Amino acid sequence: MGGRVNRRFGALVAWIDARFPMTKLIREHATEYYAAKNFNFWYGFGVLATVVLVLQIVTGIFLTMNYKPSAEEAFASVEYIMRDVDWGWLIRYLHSTGASAFFIVVYLHMFRGFMYGSYKRPRELVWLIGMFIYLCLMAEAFFGYLLPWGNMSYWGAQVIVSLFGAVPVVGEGIAEWIRGDFYISDITLNRFFAFHVIAVPLILVILVVVHIMALHEVGSGNPDGIEIKEHKDASGKPLDGVAFHPYHTSKDLVIIIVFFIIFSAVVFFAPDMGGYFLEHANFEPANPLQTPEHIAPVWYFTPFYAILRAVPDKLFGVVLMGAAVLLPVFMPWLDRCRVKSVRYRSWVYKTALTIFAVSFLALGYLGLQPATGLYTTFSRIFSVLYFGFFILMPFYTSLEKTKPVPIRVTK
Amino acid sequence: MTGGHRRAQATAAAGAARRAAGRLAVLAVWMFAAAASAQHEAALDPAGNDVADTASLQRGAMYFVNYCLGCHSAQYVRYNRLAEDLELSEDLVVQNLMFTGEQPFDTMTNSMRPEDAIRWFGIAPPDLSLIARSRGTDYVYTFLQSFYAEPASPTGVDNLVLPNTAMPHVLWELQGINRAVFEVDEAHGGEEVFSRFEQLSAGQLDAREYDQVIRDIVNFLDYIGDPTQLAREALGVRVIAFLLVFLVIAWMLKKEIWKDVT
Repeated sequence: MGGRVNRRFGALVAWIDARFPMTKLIREHATEYYAAKNFNFWYGFGVLATVVLVLQIVTGIFLTMNYKPSAEEAFASVEYIMRDVDWGWLIRYLHSTGASAFFIVVYLHMFRGFMYGSYKRPRELVWLIGMFIYLCLMAEAFFGYLLPWGNMSYWGAQVIVSLFGAVPVVGEGIAEWIRGDFYISDITLNRFFAFHVIAVPLILVILVVVHIMALHEVGSGNPDGIEIKEHKDASGKPLDGVAFHPYHTSKDLVIIIVFFIIFSAVVFFAPDMGGYFLEHANFEPANPLQTPEHIAPVWYFTPFYAILRAVPDKLFGVVLMGAAVLLPVFMPWLDRCRVKSVRYRSWVYKTALTIFAVSFLALGYLGLQPATGLYTTFSRIFSVLYFGFFILMPFYTSLEKTKPVPIRVTK
Repeated sequence: MTGGHRRAQATAAAGAARRAAGRLAVLAVWMFAAAASAQHEAALDPAGNDVADTASLQRGAMYFVNYCLGCHSAQYVRYNRLAEDLELSEDLVVQNLMFTGEQPFDTMTNSMRPEDAIRWFGIAPPDLSLIARSRGTDYVYTFLQSFYAEPASPTGVDNLVLPNTAMPHVLWELQGINRAVFEVDEAHGGEEVFSRFEQLSAGQLDAREYDQVIRDIVNFLDYIGDPTQLAREALGVRVIAFLLVFLVIAWMLKKEIWKDVT
């Protein structure tokens, strides 16, 4: 009986394989894709980003079934989801917490790149595609944040779109073109909805597929920053690698469960996270005549917001904010050191990386505070440090005295 | 924000076209609001309410319907949902909470027209469905404690938490009327600072009873702000318990699969 079922199943697989490279794909990307066996904590965030992407898409679809993208009905429809739709509150909290979780895992994923030189040859394209994903994610979050049509949604969008107005001559025209109106209105909400539910997610999913394809072409890195492909056994299997499936999949399952435990703690016990994930002022409907007491973007944009406010000139502030977002794109060329992993790099890079991490967190905190006195001073200091990390990188990394890199991966 | 910056902005706005001025005004308002919020923060007392206390929620619902709903709606809250969550039968809710012929599936609205409200109070009373989430329970609690007699005000009262509030002291019969005592604070450059309340006329309730009424109302507002919160936390415990068991199994699976990797 079992034999016959197996034969039938084999015949089905053969039938498909003759028409679609199913077995080939499974081999290339799972059962015969070898990744280093010594992945540490930092290597878990790629799979988590994928999981959160799926979560956002699935919960997003269900939210769309009950959400109404109109200035008249949007706010009420979110409350309708929260109160009258069966499990609507769960879907909405999963989606709103998922937005913040997405940025947490992506920031940690990117920081892993900074630590272990994931952007270095031959992975420059993986890094560039990843940066495009990050830009898309920012756009996705920005468009999505307008949809609940709360007062913070409204004024946040107003402030961000008005930044385009800083561009000389054409700025106001651009801002008007983005809004589709002279102010944030029903028209703006409708187009942001279109971008949020189809345009950006479509690009995002395609880019994620391309990101993974590029990664699998060159192979995953590892915390030692060496190429496992350089040491293979007789059958051509990397000696320091293990097959993605079942080894890394079983490990990822553990990582995913740990993530969901923490994620659930937020969703079920603190969905607004004290006003950081869902801002208090956003529980009031959009009011074009009254700003919230204190306009601050959601926490994941605050490092860049702090840089914007640190600069006295608006146009220059916008330029610097844009530069702060885009500078990591150039990491493959800014970093002149040949050693990938921070483990074997000098104290110079370790110090620079620490300064960068501290500056980013500090700017994130300062972006949530009012732009007054001491806060502004500190924003300026940390902005200088943030830019210093990137701009001075070609100099301090070319002078580095590195440690010898091992030939094979360590534990 | 520095004074020089604000001056520079003002100069720029004066010279620029009207549209640019509007844009800068938005920015200025936003920065000013940010700066102002840092300086002006009334001290709030902890509400200390407990949404698991169903009896308190039931009393809160009663007070809300009797004292608040006349002016303030709770337009997202359905009576029959209230009945279910507050462990009341629909009949009880119809008899005790619904006075104007609503259906159980109706939401808590009132018949005050916004244009009338603006004529009477200068502002339409805000919907209270989400007030506990937008302002916080401590804010509402302290607000309801902080009315004091102010003869210059059209309603005869003012409020420490929301100065120049248009809201009359609806609960004055219960609390009585307080007088606010301000004292000159030499440490703050001779500024007048609130010191304490003194009772001018007694209400039907003493301070402790009134405090309980306020807490019940705040508790009810907290509940309607997020009516799923109790069910949510109960489900959360089960979800996390399941995930912990799943984690053990997944961990054992990982161990088993990785045991030949050296």
